[in-house]
Amino acid sequence: MTAYERITIGDSIVFGAHRFTAEEIKRFAVAYDPQPFHTDEAAAAASHFGALCASGWHTSAVMMRLFVKYFASEIERTKARGEPAPQLGPSPGFDDLKWLKPVYAGDEIAFSGTIIAKRESRSRPGWGIVSIETTGVNQKGEPVFAYTGHVFAAMAEKT
Amino acid sequence: MAKRYFEDFAIGEKLPLGTRHVTRAEIIAFAAEFDPQPFHLDERVAGDAMVGGLIASGWHVGAMFMNLLCGGFLVESSSMGSPGIETLKWQRPVRPGDTLTGYSIVIEVRASKSRPEMGIVRFRHEVVNQAGEVVMWLENPILFGRRGAPS
Repeated sequence: MTAYERITIGDSIVFGAHRFTAEEIKRFAVAYDPQPFHTDEAAAAASHFGALCASGWHTSAVMMRLFVKYFASEIERTKARGEPAPQLGPSPGFDDLKWLKPVYAGDEIAFSGTIIAKRESRSRPGWGIVSIETTGVNQKGEPVFAYTGHVFAAMAEKT
Repeated sequence: MAKRYFEDFAIGEKLPLGTRHVTRAEIIAFAAEFDPQPFHLDERVAGDAMVGGLIASGWHVGAMFMNLLCGGFLVESSSMGSPGIETLKWQRPVRPGDTLTGYSIVIEVRASKSRPEMGIVRFRHEVVNQAGEVVMWLENPILFGRRGAPS
């Protein structure tokens, strides 16, 4: 993923993978989503989930961390080629976020994305909006997460 | 407060969320762990982007919303989690010193055909700042156990 003009619909992106530990699942949940099946192993075992699982917001936040890490590496690769570094702005929102299966303690989730749309912003001259269909798959190959994110990307004359 | 079950939600009902003060330290701590983009980490560089100063990560606003929802009614309910979010819009930036609250409006209530122990309640949630401006809204279904069903 580079400057807006160079982004092509159909481009694919590998974000990377993360293994969720029980400690971090509980730490996130205590701070933001203190439902018993996210904060306590025994309560989770007695719930319909059957075991401790991550808050969906935690799964989503880890996806974002891996995307930002990917994008930082892309900036370095672009600079190394002597091209202007790409720049992202904030996101106006997303659609169709699905927590398809629980993310249990010990699961390793690999995230990747595909560019499905791009358009020039009407309200923000010099910026485009890029849509990325993103999925997260666990170590058994089961999809656990999906969403279509939208993000502002600077056009070349801005970078 | 009595525990809320699926049967206790009515279309059009407007449920208040909790209240939360947003600090600079929390914005930076969340961003450092999950969304380390310059405009979430440092006022000096945040001015370069279109956002005009330090703003909270949208995922941080989402996580804070989840906490407001838990404090509002979800922890005292038969919640069985959520399958996802149909649409979410980050409408306005959230900045250090903001105070967030909001409400959840029930827009659909339906029993599950395949799982008689639960039902689905769809909400429009709106997170509002101290000026009364909507900073984020989303629409999503949440699953609730039915009264008398084995948990």
